[in-house]
Amino acid sequence: MTLARLNPGRDTVPDLEMTLKGLKPMKRVTLALSLALAAGLSAQAADAQTLKTIKDRGTLSCGVSQGLPGFSSPDDKGNWTGLDVDVCRAIAAVVLNDPTKIKFVPLSAKDRFTALQSGEIDVLSRNTTWTVSRDTSLGANFTGVTYYDGQGFMVKKSLKVNSALELNSASVCVQTGTTTELNLADYFKANNMKYEVIAFGTIDEAVKAYESGRCDVFTDDSSGLYASRLKLTNPADHIVLPEIISKEPLGPMVRHGDDQWFDVVKWTLFAMVTAEELGITQKNVDEMAKSDKPELKRVLGTDGNLGEQLGLTKDWVIRIVKAVGNYGESFDRNVGDGSPLKISRGINSLWTKGGLQYAPPIR
Amino acid sequence: MGVEARKPPTQIALKLRRALGGKAGWNGVAVQLVFGAILAWIAYEIISNARTNLETQHIAAGFGFLQNSASFDVNQTLISYSGSDTYFRVFVVGVLNTLLVSVIGIFFATLIGFVVALCRLSPNWLVSRVGGLYVEAIRNLPLLFQILFWYLAVLAALPNPRQSVSILGSFFLNNRGVIVPSPLAQPGLVPFLAMLALGLVASLVLRSYARRALFAQGRVIRIWPYVLTLLVGLPLVTMLVFGLPFSFEFPQLKGFNFAGGARIIPELVALTVGLSTYTAAFIAEIVRAGIQSVHKGQMEAGSSLGLSRGTALRLIVVPQAMRVIVPPLTNQYLNLTKNSSLAVAIGYPDLVSVWAGTSLSQTGQAIEIIATTMGVYLLISLFTSAVMSIYGWRLNRSLGA
Repeated sequence: MTLARLNPGRDTVPDLEMTLKGLKPMKRVTLALSLALAAGLSAQAADAQTLKTIKDRGTLSCGVSQGLPGFSSPDDKGNWTGLDVDVCRAIAAVVLNDPTKIKFVPLSAKDRFTALQSGEIDVLSRNTTWTVSRDTSLGANFTGVTYYDGQGFMVKKSLKVNSALELNSASVCVQTGTTTELNLADYFKANNMKYEVIAFGTIDEAVKAYESGRCDVFTDDSSGLYASRLKLTNPADHIVLPEIISKEPLGPMVRHGDDQWFDVVKWTLFAMVTAEELGITQKNVDEMAKSDKPELKRVLGTDGNLGEQLGLTKDWVIRIVKAVGNYGESFDRNVGDGSPLKISRGINSLWTKGGLQYAPPIR
Repeated sequence: MGVEARKPPTQIALKLRRALGGKAGWNGVAVQLVFGAILAWIAYEIISNARTNLETQHIAAGFGFLQNSASFDVNQTLISYSGSDTYFRVFVVGVLNTLLVSVIGIFFATLIGFVVALCRLSPNWLVSRVGGLYVEAIRNLPLLFQILFWYLAVLAALPNPRQSVSILGSFFLNNRGVIVPSPLAQPGLVPFLAMLALGLVASLVLRSYARRALFAQGRVIRIWPYVLTLLVGLPLVTMLVFGLPFSFEFPQLKGFNFAGGARIIPELVALTVGLSTYTAAFIAEIVRAGIQSVHKGQMEAGSSLGLSRGTALRLIVVPQAMRVIVPPLTNQYLNLTKNSSLAVAIGYPDLVSVWAGTSLSQTGQAIEIIATTMGVYLLISLFTSAVMSIYGWRLNRSLGA
C-alpha cells in the first residue's frame, strides 16, 4: 500500500497548473497501477488498521479538490482552507492532536476514487456526492453529509435567459467524472431539449472554456457555481439560474473494511454538528467543559469514556472545536457570511432551525 | 542394391533445443521450462490474490459493467450514440475519436513535414531559413502549450454563433466550430458512386499498363486525358442520367446554435492542428536527413540527364531516401497517436477522456479500464508499425536492396 506514496511533492500547492495538466493522464495510470499492485501484491489489501497506521505515520493523508473556494482551496500563503478541509483538520485533531499534521492530496474528480481505493489517501473530503452506486461498487463508504447541495446553471446575463428550460440547443461546459454530467443528460432528456456537452478534466479548464465563449452555460453544484463565479473576470456579468435540478449531498468517504476508521470519520462530523446544537464554540469550549449539565459532560468527556470507545481520547470533541470550531462556525467562516461566497445556511441549517443538519445523539 | 540415404534426424527437436537451450543443450531447455513455469505461477498468484482482495474490499471487478447504460453524453460521435447506450459503446466512440484525430493528424503531419523539409533544403536562402525557423520554433515548445494555444487563443478570437463569419450564407465560422452544409443522399447516389469506383479501377489498370509499356518497351503512353474522362466525365454523365447524387441541408441559426448541417468542433481542429504542426517539425528533420543521406552524385547525375530539380528529387532522390526515412517516420506516427491523449486538456472526447476519464470515475473500475486503454494504444501502435514495415519491405524490394 505504500507504493502510491513514492510520489513526492504531493502536499505542495498546485501552483504550476500547466505542469499538472500535462501529468494528469500519467497520474491516472500511476494510480491505477498502484491499485493493481496494492491489490495484487499485498497479502491483505483491506487494511483494517487505518487509525493505527495514521498514528504511526504521524500525518493524516486527506484527498481534497484542486481548488474550489469555500470547500478546499489553498490561500495566498499556501494553507488549505475550506469546509471540506475543516473536516480533515478535525480528524487530524482527534487522532494526532494537531490539526496541521495533514498531507493534502489535490485530486481531480476523475482520480479521486482510485486514490482512495489504492490507499494513497486515508479519507476523501472533496465535495463528493453521495449516491448508491458510489457507496457500493467503489469499495468505499460515505460517512455523512457536510453540505447539502444541488446542481444549477450559470449563464451570461447578456443571453437574457431566465430559466433553465430556455436552454434548448445550448452548449454546456462541465467537469468530467461527476454526477453533474449525469444529471445534465437526465435533465435535458426529461425536458426534451437538445444540447452539446463539452467535458473538461478540471473545473478550471471548464470555466476557462465557458469564459472564452465556447459554451453558453456552465453547470456545477450551485455552491461550486458561486465559487467559480468569483474567479471570472467580471462576476457581475453572469447569473445563476433559479432551477436546482438535483440532490447533491456532499460528504467524506473512507474505504470499506475498516469499521473503526469509518466510525471515527463519521462521528467527527457528527460532533461538529452536535457542538453547534449545544452552543459549544471555539471561544467558550473551555468554560463549557466545566459545566455541570450531564449532556455537556458526556460530550466534552468529563463524564464517561465515549471518546475512548471510538479509539480516541476523552477530550475528542474539545479537540475538534478548538481546531475548527463547531459546524456553524466552520460554515460561516468558509462559505457563509464570513466568506466572500456569502451562501445562506438554507437547508444546511440545523434541524432545530428548519434545516437538514442533524446528528445522532452522543451518548 | 544401392545404399539408401540415411534419414536426417527430426529437425523440430533440434531446433527447439537450439532456440531454448542455446549452448547449454537439453539442460538449458529444462532451466527455461522451469523459469517459465515459475513466471506463470507468479502471474497466477498475483491475479487470484488481486481478485480476492478486491472482493473483500467490495470493489466491483470484471467486465459486467460494459452492458450497463452510461447515461452521459459525448459531443462528437462517429457512430450514433446517446446517454442510454452502454459503456461498451462509449468505448467504441472513444476509440473511433482517437483514430479519427490520429489519421487526420498523420496525414497533415506528413504533408507539412515533407514540404518543410524541402523548404529547408531549398537553394533559396529565404525559403530555407523559413523552413529552419519553423522546425526550431515548433519542436522546442511543449506540445501541451501548443494545443492550448490553438484552442484558447484561437477560440477567443472567434465570434459567437449570432455573429458568425459567414461564407456565401452556407458556411459559418464561430466559436462553436466550422459549420458546413451536410450532404443528404439522393436516389442518384448509388449509380454515381458505382461509376466513380469503376473509373478509379479503370484508371489504375491503365496506369499499370502504361508503366509496363514504359519499362518493357520504352513506349511512353500519355494516360491523363483518359484518366480525366474516366474520373470526371463518367460520373458527370451518370449524374445527367440519374439526377444529382446529393442534396445539401443548409445550417440555420436556431436558438443558441446552428441546427442542420454538419459541424467540425473546435476541439478537433485545435487538437489536429497542434498535433500535426508539432509532429511535422520532427518529420521535416527526418526527411531532410533521409534526403541528405542520398549521395549528391545522384542529384548531379539527374541534372546531367537534363532532369529538373523537382523531377530528379521525385524520381531519383526521394525513393532512395525513403529507405532511411521510413523507420523513424513510423516512430513519429506512433508518437502522434499517443500524444493525441492530450485531448483531455481541451475537452476533445478521445479514448482517454471518455473511457479512462469519465467512464472510469463513473464505474470506479480502474484496473479494467486502464488495462483496456493500454491495450487499445498498443494495438493501434502495433498495427501502424506493421503497415509501415510492410511498406518499408516493399520499398527495399523495389530498390533491389
